[in-house]
Amino acid sequence: MTLPNPGRKPRVAVHKFSSCDGCQLALLGLGEDLLQLSTLVEFVHFAEAGPVDPGAEVDIAFVEGSIGTAADMERIREVRAKSRFLVAIGACATSGGLQALRNLAGGQAWIRAVYPRPAYVDCLATSTAVSRHVQVDFELWGCPVSSRQVTVALRALLSGVQPVEERDKVCMECKRSQMVCVMVARGLPCMGPVTRAGCGALCPGIGRDCYACYGPAENANAEALARRMEASGIPSAAVGRRFLSINSASPPFFAAGIGRMDSHD
Amino acid sequence: MEAGFLQHGRFQALLDVLHGCGYRCIGPQVRDGAIVYDALSTCRELPQGVRDLQSAGSYRLERTSGLRYFGWANGLQALKPMVFAPEETLWRVQRADDGALRFSASRPSFANLAVIGVRACDLAALALLDRHFLGTAVADPCYAARRSGMFLVAVHCSDPSGSCFCASTGDGPQASGGFDLALSELDEGFIVETGSARGADTVAGLGLEPVTASQRDAAARQIDTARARQRRGLPSRDLRAALVSNPEHPRWEQVAQRCLACGNCTSVCPTCFCHAVCDSMELDGSAGAHARIWDSCFTAGHSQIHGLTVRPDTRTRYRQWLTHKLGSWHEQFGRSGCVGCGRCISWCPAGIDITEEAAAICSGSSDG
Repeated sequence: MTLPNPGRKPRVAVHKFSSCDGCQLALLGLGEDLLQLSTLVEFVHFAEAGPVDPGAEVDIAFVEGSIGTAADMERIREVRAKSRFLVAIGACATSGGLQALRNLAGGQAWIRAVYPRPAYVDCLATSTAVSRHVQVDFELWGCPVSSRQVTVALRALLSGVQPVEERDKVCMECKRSQMVCVMVARGLPCMGPVTRAGCGALCPGIGRDCYACYGPAENANAEALARRMEASGIPSAAVGRRFLSINSASPPFFAAGIGRMDSHD
Repeated sequence: MEAGFLQHGRFQALLDVLHGCGYRCIGPQVRDGAIVYDALSTCRELPQGVRDLQSAGSYRLERTSGLRYFGWANGLQALKPMVFAPEETLWRVQRADDGALRFSASRPSFANLAVIGVRACDLAALALLDRHFLGTAVADPCYAARRSGMFLVAVHCSDPSGSCFCASTGDGPQASGGFDLALSELDEGFIVETGSARGADTVAGLGLEPVTASQRDAAARQIDTARARQRRGLPSRDLRAALVSNPEHPRWEQVAQRCLACGNCTSVCPTCFCHAVCDSMELDGSAGAHARIWDSCFTAGHSQIHGLTVRPDTRTRYRQWLTHKLGSWHEQFGRSGCVGCGRCISWCPAGIDITEEAAAICSGSSDG
């Protein structure tokens, strides 16, 4: 699906669901480009930047955050109905995010253990990706997404074309940047071989192992990487935790991680 | 042609001559636990007294008590990134005030590189890349610009790694051509050979000493030892028939179970040349650029055509890589695409060994 030319400045909304707000900084942190962007589009709803009109009809809706409450479930349907092109941004919106760890635990039991008046906490037992609830036209993965990702996708939509999905492994970016593989040369449990590119191999570039904040790449062989890490001497449960982290609810990571956890600790 | 002997302590003089000729010297150096090629200003930056321990999925460096500069096999990359850039802009486009688009080719100029420490396998791979990028009616301008000014100082390999198998592909350990200078490193210094007129000019003023018979013998012996020490090998230099006749061999599925399809093997392969193109645009749509970036037959995009990804899974992607590299390269280039450097073995995060896979798939066939 591409965006037809509306014959006026496209109207844009930035919606927030269960999230830390960090992905919205990809827009807020644009500096001068944000001024330029505001000449190209009309931000009709972007609470963190000022405009508030959550019910407005828009051409492009950026959705940050996962669906974690009954109210979220209701609201995402309204957002979908009012948006011509819906872009889910960030790990929360694309996989359920860090808070999807509660899907693995007895969420209600935790709430009762932590909060003195659990009745005030109105949340679902699971945190899920936006695409589990409504049709999503494009996803930008990452925790958080970068300004580059958001502006490249937005520019494509303004030009009337489908944005290009970055789906290769982090290793491709790492090797193009001529970095020395931290897994092969230092034995670190790098998640790059199963993780979606887009960050520019940020962590290997500073000598640490990728922790998969961009979620699974296309054709990710998570099981093979998990076995390889175990063969290098990392305990099975620790390997499982590598997969059950920021994007634990993404199917390939969930499948590789869940069988390796001893308990829900 | 043998030119003379350069004492070890005078190696800097060679670098000075090359700098004096206007070359930007590139040489092996230790960075982040591996040997990488980088700008070289003094011989103190060379990996002196270092050796590499390589095996499937593992690369480690170790200090030795030796004083040699080149007592290791190879590093992360061969010459490929210097001639075929991992990312480069091919053309730009600007939108004029009247709305018309103006295209312009990107033709950057490049410094002439003198690369020190090139291995026989690197040279064999470069000869293949030359055929691919320059050997057609329309030469690749970016490759040609980088390649034409390149001065190559080879060092015959004395210390193959556990992943090396150049003896079986016929590409090493001794450099047999394609260099301007070739060095045999002995403890006390270097036997210098020239391979081109400019190579001879470069060393003419170096005051090289005569080579002694025992130095010559020692250099020949260490080449023999380097050949004999290699433990891996391909079953044959021509595996076309064996690979093409085994498209449904169960081994393809077995290797796909282990393979991460991450593209590390093709990225470090000194002969893999596949690329993708990608376009970028200024935010206001006023200008754009079209770049090529290294791609890999292990990505989905590599086999994507309109409405179809021809190779959707790792089994078909690995099979494509191996049957092209060791098979259909023969039709394209008159030889296999493998020079035996072993990088795809060492730098594979899953530790997959091309020689083992080729042997398994080709075993029992008449061409094995």
